[in-house]
Amino acid sequence: MTTPVVELSGVCRTFERDPPVRALSDVDLTIWPGEWLAIVGPSGSGKSTLLNVLGLLDRQTAGTYRFDGVDVNGLDDLARAGLRGRRIGFIFQAFHLLPHRSVLENVMLAELYIGAPHRGREQRARAALERVGLGDRADFLPTRLSGGQRQRAAIARSLMGEPSLLLCDEPTGNLDSKSAANVLDILGGLSRSGLTLVVITHDESVAARADRRVRIVDGTLGEVESAAAGRA
Amino acid sequence: MSSLRPHLAPRDLVGEALASLTARPGRAVLTALGTVLGVAALVATLGLSKTAGNQIVGRFDALAATDIVVTPKAAAAGRAAAGSGLPWDAEARVTRLNGVVAAGTLSDVDLRGELVRSVPVNDPLSQTEFQLPVKAASPGLFRAVRVQLAAGRLPDAGHSARADRVALVGANIAEQLHVTRIDDQPAVFLGERLYTVVGVISGVARQASLLGSVVIPEGTATRDFGLAAPASVQIETRIGAAGLIASQLPLALSPTDPTLLKVTAPPEPRRVRAGVQSDLNALFLLLGGVSLLIGATGIANVTLVSVLERVGEIGLRRSLGAARRHIAGQFLLESTTLGLLGGVLGAALGTLVVVSVAASRTWTPVLEPWVPLGAPLLGGAVGLLSGIYPSVRAAAMEPVEALRSTM
Repeated sequence: MTTPVVELSGVCRTFERDPPVRALSDVDLTIWPGEWLAIVGPSGSGKSTLLNVLGLLDRQTAGTYRFDGVDVNGLDDLARAGLRGRRIGFIFQAFHLLPHRSVLENVMLAELYIGAPHRGREQRARAALERVGLGDRADFLPTRLSGGQRQRAAIARSLMGEPSLLLCDEPTGNLDSKSAANVLDILGGLSRSGLTLVVITHDESVAARADRRVRIVDGTLGEVESAAAGRA
Repeated sequence: MSSLRPHLAPRDLVGEALASLTARPGRAVLTALGTVLGVAALVATLGLSKTAGNQIVGRFDALAATDIVVTPKAAAAGRAAAGSGLPWDAEARVTRLNGVVAAGTLSDVDLRGELVRSVPVNDPLSQTEFQLPVKAASPGLFRAVRVQLAAGRLPDAGHSARADRVALVGANIAEQLHVTRIDDQPAVFLGERLYTVVGVISGVARQASLLGSVVIPEGTATRDFGLAAPASVQIETRIGAAGLIASQLPLALSPTDPTLLKVTAPPEPRRVRAGVQSDLNALFLLLGGVSLLIGATGIANVTLVSVLERVGEIGLRRSLGAARRHIAGQFLLESTTLGLLGGVLGAALGTLVVVSVAASRTWTPVLEPWVPLGAPLLGGAVGLLSGIYPSVRAAAMEPVEALRSTM
């Protein structure tokens, strides 16, 4: 039997405020390899908190989280950083490309902290850029690219190091509809090639491209429609 | 799970820090400016005080550091009349000491109320009698005070031994005494005795009063005016020998009672140098220290601003697997590099200042080698210290918050 990429059971995340804010409440979620999952919900529903927990950027306050079968709550911050750098790719609404570095350098940044060899790093980055159709923009500064091209560069960066999971936070939030469709086509291609995708969005049309959709309201997760429950 | 731990190659860390700095070269240079000025002030201060100190010592070396005068002590002056002061052969005794270049005795001659007169000429308006100092000198004295003659010759040992009535006159009084040339054998009266003027003194390096005096040989003074004993010994030593000679002189001149003599020797050169340096240094080192403090504050400030500006970048790096220590390391390296840059530029600027000032005064620039070499290290240390707080702030930043900000 295949191990799920992500297995959340009874996960809660409470922020120590006055009064305490319960951003995630008893969340159960299993994501299988190759699955494309959309998480939809209004602002303030706990989407970002769930993304941060999934991406090992934040710790749950209760429940267990297994990533690739490993209970990550038992790992120290250093090991979580290593796991994050090697196994999880991030796509942000704001792209987060360094403005003074070329597109190629931005993509190469992905191998900085994971102990990958210098040899072949540039070739790997160029290959990743070819994969998203930006091979001819490698030496441009990000400021000279359109929004859609910037997001494709960010996708190329997230693909370095062959991650098990790609986490996308409103990947089309800053894009016009044409660029958005283009980015979604690329994500679709990645999904077909076997990559596990989680897309967080409030946009129903983006969510519609996914295999499976879950809705989060006030920190509680609910299945929108029961699609094929993974490829177990 | 150790294989999963993040790893940042040192060359990648250096590359990232340099790339961040070169992304805004103007800002990097301005940030380093405070350190540049501070380090330059320190280097210039240390260099200039060293240069000036050496210069002053150099001038002393030329004359004062080789000048020794020996006189009987005031208490012994009374007994000097009885022959217990300086010996007649003082010149010979002192010249024997190794390190003495020249020595001679010099005494004031008491004319007992008589005046110095020029040979009378037929001019009722001009004065012919003067109250002028008369001095007796041994032959070696003229070298010891570095006499220069306008005309004529110096009296020698023979004149003194035979008590010949010859005299030298100083340039300042030669005109008064109608001595304008030597080849017509001018003469002056000391009291009722006639002295032939053999030379005119135009300059001396020591004992400037000789320029206004009539100088006669010691033997002549003893016979004509009853000089009882030499009043002082003037000595020129080799450079650096003054201290040693000064310690040997009392025993050489007065072996029976060395305490009777007063030796006036130049101060130790090292003490002169130390005095000059400490005066100059205190103020300017303080100035340099303050500039450096301002420089450190500048680096700390800009690095902190840079941390706040680059919150998104910090979040991104964390999402790419950077541990907190990698973030801290990068910002620390950036601030240290800025400090190092400031130190290098400051050392260059400070050296330039030392060389320019020395050139404008025709001094020899002197700089301890460790000053320009240590200055960049000092700058780097300043950068390292000022980067600590911003780096800790950057490392403590939660990636969650960091990523919410837009770049």
